[in-house]
Amino acid sequence: MTDTTHQDKQAGQDDAGSNPADAFLGHDETLRHAPGPYFGAYGGRWMPESLIAALDELQETFEKAKADPEFTAQVADLNRNYAGRPSLLTEAKRFAEHAGGARIFLKREDLNHTGSHKINNVLGQALLAKRMGKTRVIAETGAGQHGVASATAAALLGLECVVYMGAEDCRRQALNVARMQLLGAEVVPVTNGSQTLKDAINDALRDWVANVDTTHYLLGTAAGAHPFPAMVRYFHEVIGEESREQILEQAGRLPDAVVACVGGGSNAIGIFHGFLDDRSVQLYGFEAGGDGVESGRHAATITLGRPGVLHGARSYLMQDEDGQTMESHSISAGLDYPGVGPEHAYLSDIGRAHYEPITDAEAMEAFQLLCRTEGIIPAIETAHALAGAMKVGRRLTADLAPGEVPSDRIIVVSLSGRGDKDVATAAEYFDLLPDDSAEQEIAQEGEQL
Amino acid sequence: MKTSQTGTSQAGAGYSKAAAAIDRARREGRAALIGYLPAGFPDVQTTIDAGIAMARNGMDLIEIGIPYSDPVMDGRVIQDATVEALNNGFTVSQVFDVVEGITRETDAAVLVMTYWNPVMRLGVREFAGRLAAAGGAGLITPDLIPDEAAEWLEASEEFGLDRVFLVAPSTSPERMQRTVAASRGFVYAVSVMGVTGARTSVGAAARAVVDAAHAAGAERACVGLGVSTAGQVAEIAAYADGVIVGTALVAALRDGGVPAVAALTKELSTGTGKKSA
Repeated sequence: MTDTTHQDKQAGQDDAGSNPADAFLGHDETLRHAPGPYFGAYGGRWMPESLIAALDELQETFEKAKADPEFTAQVADLNRNYAGRPSLLTEAKRFAEHAGGARIFLKREDLNHTGSHKINNVLGQALLAKRMGKTRVIAETGAGQHGVASATAAALLGLECVVYMGAEDCRRQALNVARMQLLGAEVVPVTNGSQTLKDAINDALRDWVANVDTTHYLLGTAAGAHPFPAMVRYFHEVIGEESREQILEQAGRLPDAVVACVGGGSNAIGIFHGFLDDRSVQLYGFEAGGDGVESGRHAATITLGRPGVLHGARSYLMQDEDGQTMESHSISAGLDYPGVGPEHAYLSDIGRAHYEPITDAEAMEAFQLLCRTEGIIPAIETAHALAGAMKVGRRLTADLAPGEVPSDRIIVVSLSGRGDKDVATAAEYFDLLPDDSAEQEIAQEGEQL
Repeated sequence: MKTSQTGTSQAGAGYSKAAAAIDRARREGRAALIGYLPAGFPDVQTTIDAGIAMARNGMDLIEIGIPYSDPVMDGRVIQDATVEALNNGFTVSQVFDVVEGITRETDAAVLVMTYWNPVMRLGVREFAGRLAAAGGAGLITPDLIPDEAAEWLEASEEFGLDRVFLVAPSTSPERMQRTVAASRGFVYAVSVMGVTGARTSVGAAARAVVDAAHAAGAERACVGLGVSTAGQVAEIAAYADGVIVGTALVAALRDGGVPAVAALTKELSTGTGKKSA
């Protein structure tokens, strides 16, 4: 079933010619700042009526806030003086040797407070929650990155915070649960359904329906019902804006390609956005290929999924013949989601961005390589982008014109998060743990600590 | 679309099985009783038997749920039942067997309650055609709002199926107008802000939602969420055109099988008389 869809989609892209994005960028049309609710055939509001009023309120508050200099100044101040923005753009010269010799620049979201790009979105949404007079925020989390970021923003702004997390993930991620609790959040283990990230979102939505008067749902990715995809992207656009400025300053020109990992797709849409209208810049999103897309154990939603509705938006979705959501698999809990943000589905269909799977093994190879060549331990999510950058670099340098050298090719990689949370997983993967250590026992029980 | 909130009475709108069933109860001076069970819990034949038992013990309309992997509007009892149905191998096309099995044996109007992705996956028109062929009345759609329902509006007109959209305490007056206008058969008034599950009190919000629906032109507004006892049925029957019971019936089937569903239906039906309010 899924194979057919994939072929159909590829065929569709071929029909559009060698550079399908031309069709959309050739008429002075911009792809930037797409307001939603629809991104082509995707997006919308496939939500219970009970929540529509809250989505309307959020949309209205968001639109007003964007136009309010006081709000944008507040966001800018928190980004600069709390989150640590702008994040660096670091050239990775030794890593680049493994990417065909293309120049590789890393957008260092790992250096943000809380260790990933997630902080951009939670600060913005928590400020909106305050503007709406809400006193409580709820969030879902997989590995814990977004849960920790949400708990952080809630502590900073004096909001009550409840984080829904799969019971299995709570057990594997005991330290992240403790981190959220230290920050004053309540962590609710989710025992419904498959007990994964998607079920945590289901339970957060159930909480929201019952408590919508006091509560804002601080969704962690650029997915869900309108206005979430456009709003979450807005708060992450800073990644792309900074990257564009920094690469122009450091390299003197735009990159040939921008790459990012894609789970729900928030860091990717954030960095892509800065380059959407730069037609010379190729955009690549790398999805979790798990054990390999042919194995059935993966989270390569755009590569192999087909359109459907989940959690409020129409987008690509891993589903069976009956429309039941399928379980995704990835060594990276942060990419382990069977859906994807609707704007990515659109950018894929029109050929503006390209999405490919990276297997667990490829990601872990890139993970180790970055550690050893650059002294940076990336999140395993991010390692998918790094493995993708190696592939893209080799491709870009394979067909150089006469007189060109590999270093004429430039790639910007979204280094979306740091790997501290992944040390136990990696240590187990590379067999670095003593046989009888407690860490090994824990690491063997799950895909990620 | 404005004429669609009608049953047999208004020209051009077509025959609505759900409206006819509610009107039948109305002529008897009572509110309609509507019962929910998920298909395939614990198996397809039991759902058919339980549906027939409900119809023979006082249920005017029967709502058959399609078990779905991500039921965001359902509480624990229904979640557990639908997970069991899926684990027991339920497939979506079996819902048409259930509908046909019940409509063949009874006069009850049988609606299917479903989250939207399974319908989208089969194809909206294909789903509508098969539901109509099975004798089904229409669909109750908890995560489909009229704003996104263009394809369903078209298919339901083509096959003469009821479109039951939800309205909630949070629904704005503008949305109430639009949703009532888009509905066919009845509108489903969500009694509280929350998910399915028995509650000790249904609360004052339900009446306000029903009043708002009526004021927006709804001829039939039925109340669901949290209703589990004959006393609550009586309380709601005083102002609503129908009362919807779900979780309590699912728990009865789980704990006591089809006889328990029959007994609970009989007991609930004692609450439908308008006079008891």
